[in-house]
Amino acid sequence: MSIMGTRVVRVEDPRLLTTGAVYTEDLRDPRLTGALHLTFVRAPMAHARILSIQTADALAFPGVVAVLTAADLGMEPMPPAMPMFTQTMTTSLLATDTVRFVGDAVAVVVTETAYQGQDAADHVHVEYDHLPALIDLREAASDAVLLYPQAGTNTVFAMGPAELDPELFAGCEVVVTQEIVNQRVAAAPLEGRAAAATIEDGRLIMWVSTQAAQDAKGAICRWLGIEPETLRVITPDVGGGFGAKIGADPDHAVVGAVARHLGRPVRWTETRSENMVAMTHGRGQLNTVTIGGKRDGTVLAYRLEILQDAGAQPRIGAVLPALTTLMAPAVYAFPKVEVKARSVVTTTTPTAAYRGAGRPEATHAIERGLDLFAAEIGMDPGEVRRTNLLPAFTEPHTTATGAVYDTGDYAVALDKALAASDYPALRAEQERRRAAGEEKLLGIGLSVYVEITGQAPASEIADVELRPDGSARVLTGTSPHGQGHATAWAMLVSEETGVPMDRITVEHGDTDLIPVGGGTFGSRSLQQGGAAVRQATRELVELARQRAADLLEANPDDIVVDTARAGVHVAGSPDAGVSFAELAAKEPLQVHTTFTSPGPTFPFGAHVAVVEVDVRTGKARLERLIAVDDAGTILNPLLAEGQRHGGYAQGVAQALIEEVRYDPEGNPETSTLATYPFLGITDVPSFEPVDMATPTPYNTLGAKGVGEAGTIGATPAVHNAVIDAVAHLGVRHIDMPTTPMRVWSALRAAEAAS
Amino acid sequence: MIPAPFSYVRADSVDHVLSLLVEHGDEAKVLAGGQSLLPILKMRLARPEVVVDISRLSELAYVRVEGDEVAIGAATRHREVVDSADLQRDVPLLPYVASLVGDRQVRHRGTFGGSLVHGDPAADLPAAVLALGATFVIQGPAGRREVPAPEFFQDYFQTAVGEDELLLEIRVPRVPGVGWAYEKFTRRANDWAIVAVAAVDNRVALANMSMTPMRAVAVEAALAGGASAAQAAQAAAEGTSPVTDMHADEEYRGHLARVLTERALVTAAGR
Repeated sequence: MSIMGTRVVRVEDPRLLTTGAVYTEDLRDPRLTGALHLTFVRAPMAHARILSIQTADALAFPGVVAVLTAADLGMEPMPPAMPMFTQTMTTSLLATDTVRFVGDAVAVVVTETAYQGQDAADHVHVEYDHLPALIDLREAASDAVLLYPQAGTNTVFAMGPAELDPELFAGCEVVVTQEIVNQRVAAAPLEGRAAAATIEDGRLIMWVSTQAAQDAKGAICRWLGIEPETLRVITPDVGGGFGAKIGADPDHAVVGAVARHLGRPVRWTETRSENMVAMTHGRGQLNTVTIGGKRDGTVLAYRLEILQDAGAQPRIGAVLPALTTLMAPAVYAFPKVEVKARSVVTTTTPTAAYRGAGRPEATHAIERGLDLFAAEIGMDPGEVRRTNLLPAFTEPHTTATGAVYDTGDYAVALDKALAASDYPALRAEQERRRAAGEEKLLGIGLSVYVEITGQAPASEIADVELRPDGSARVLTGTSPHGQGHATAWAMLVSEETGVPMDRITVEHGDTDLIPVGGGTFGSRSLQQGGAAVRQATRELVELARQRAADLLEANPDDIVVDTARAGVHVAGSPDAGVSFAELAAKEPLQVHTTFTSPGPTFPFGAHVAVVEVDVRTGKARLERLIAVDDAGTILNPLLAEGQRHGGYAQGVAQALIEEVRYDPEGNPETSTLATYPFLGITDVPSFEPVDMATPTPYNTLGAKGVGEAGTIGATPAVHNAVIDAVAHLGVRHIDMPTTPMRVWSALRAAEAAS
Repeated sequence: MIPAPFSYVRADSVDHVLSLLVEHGDEAKVLAGGQSLLPILKMRLARPEVVVDISRLSELAYVRVEGDEVAIGAATRHREVVDSADLQRDVPLLPYVASLVGDRQVRHRGTFGGSLVHGDPAADLPAAVLALGATFVIQGPAGRREVPAPEFFQDYFQTAVGEDELLLEIRVPRVPGVGWAYEKFTRRANDWAIVAVAAVDNRVALANMSMTPMRAVAVEAALAGGASAAQAAQAAAEGTSPVTDMHADEEYRGHLARVLTERALVTAAGR
């Protein structure tokens, strides 16, 4: 019986729930014996010139081995790694002459024990000359204050037409426009950033909490100016990443630099307060949406103008508008789409990928925009969407922005979501409460989405070995940090070979063992890493059949897989067989392969959110989330649903509550978990996932990515629902997060206007 | 998130605590459940030289019916308040409010007296004991004294407990059958209140509407004058001075105080 598509329980969990994970801080590797502890000295202000750094007082503290600055470590400003960025925006691992955000690393204190570090760090005296903070994106775009004077601009990256098309909305009966904030949020994984480093036989060995060891290695080599063969990166257990742990941060490289400088092992684990200001943030777009069309609901033209907050340094966040641009046309057959994007630096924590990374912003902009258009013409939001959806397709569809969608049937996804929610009944209940003058109003919000997964890299490796003891070992270039790859990859091998699940081990994240690998992000792992494991396993079985044919003196074509014995036999003669273990005993049975996808895949879905808004206090509470997420063929529903549920919670939280905030001077206001709010299990309902599976032809599993679906679909649905609840009172738009005070203020403003 | 260095002493009796407090004065901090003190230490908002741990003084952990009152030991955990059958019967407001303090882990560690003596105007229990008319029993080098609730909360994070004193016990009147309610407005279940209102009969107390928890005297006066719940609640923001923070400005807090007071009074009247 096939285990494909079944709810195989996670093989990772017994260890995680008993002896526990071994995170970077937990490592008791003998190579780290006597490791020193590193504490960063970080800028306490948003923007300043460094006049001097006095380290003498700190050096006198007990346990202090060294206090090091950029000058001590020979760090020089370097241009950004991405060639499309403004190359004169140079930064160094530790600040040389200027700090540009609260949390910018200025120096490091190295101590014998971890607790000695903060005391000494408090006594590294840095003399600053204040410079103006730059928080507002429009002000940043005006270049009135420059973060990098030598660049002459705050723009890191721009794309789209030089001039907007003045005729874009010609012929439209209705044109609506709205500025929509997609606010900055924190990834805040349970395990913050951490690294450990040592020198072994002249090589730098680093343990890094990362989503991609190979990327981390590349980045650290570049920053430290060392050759790839002189660095090995190992990934211990990783307690969440959400995109903010792709590759390595400059702070990780500093740990390596200090180990090389001192010739001793060094470790660093950031505190939560440090994580909240110094790990990259996500989102941070100011979008201007303009939609024009006819009163029958047909949209004729869509314009999206993106202003992305890159934060203080040109990092991944600055390039995300490219993904927002690519996905701007979304699920719709709009005749004309125009997107113009620009990323600017500000005196805030740098931004990078965060669950969805550029695609949630695209979905949010159009889904909020469509509701505004629907409200303007007095049409049901579901009907407006249906009017403009692309028809179902099985041949690739190329969009106005050049995306090539593989397969999709958006109307069915919308229909399923509306049916599962009993949409007409919800509308009737909404009307009843309004008519009765009840205090708890009902809001219903929709979103239909398509996203891009597995975009880059397009290839992934797998190495599968069947061993003489009957076990199997899988090496993968993907990098699990909670997803359950050990379970999923073992299912793929077990299915093809009959090797029991508990005899299959999956290894990842050691650049000596696995020099090439893409890591885990962008919802790529199953469709590329899993596809590679299946390809390797099938190649391995083919190899076994060839060898068995020789052994059994049969035609290879007559050799069939016998999963009951974890081997093969001659067709029609089950007794004339041999196990993989026996074959492996004669000669190693191992295959290393690379799977390359013909292209990225485009999962899609539709969400219906139901919220209750207290019309007197403005507080919105999510009552239901009905979510159709089509990620192609599902290998393990348990794992897929886990990804969906977690994504929903994060997506809902962005709509309702989460926001990284700065005061006008650039001081973070949300740098602890007392001030930065997540939604917990008590704050969300039991989600209602609805299944739909349209396979992709791009891999033999039929799988698309599912890891980011939740944040892409849920945020606009919940956001729309909150506004829908109070739309009849004259409220047109409320920016996220839709906090009680914001909703209350919008209600008061609407009341005053009427 | 790493505290500055401090010495740690585990006290073995109330007298031991008091002698340490006399010895170290404002350089000492009392640790009970640690749910407020430890974050403050880790954020280096406080740098005491000595931390005096009273968490194992079982003589300070009890709930006892004594005449017309229930006496609660200062080091009684929130969970014990939640689970107390005596309190559920005689002072049902307190177990309910205690059930809203933090999350389950916080309620197993944090103490009733610790939350009160911390003097956080946004905390739940101070408003509740104010509405109940509790009495605080405080021990110092000069002996034992009793302080009524309105005099206990003196300023922002400041109570009547002096630096050489220890809160021993909180006495609350038994009010079986009396209407009560607690309306807590938060963004999330486990948060501090943005605004909260406690009502016991016609006594109303507000959380987070001033530098201290406070009685809504204008509301109480209106009720005494025969006003309806809705009418009286309109006076809920009178005399308040709430802060403006990222959750709410002064005007919104005033509005919430009015709405929550009305709801609390209606609920209390229905019990």
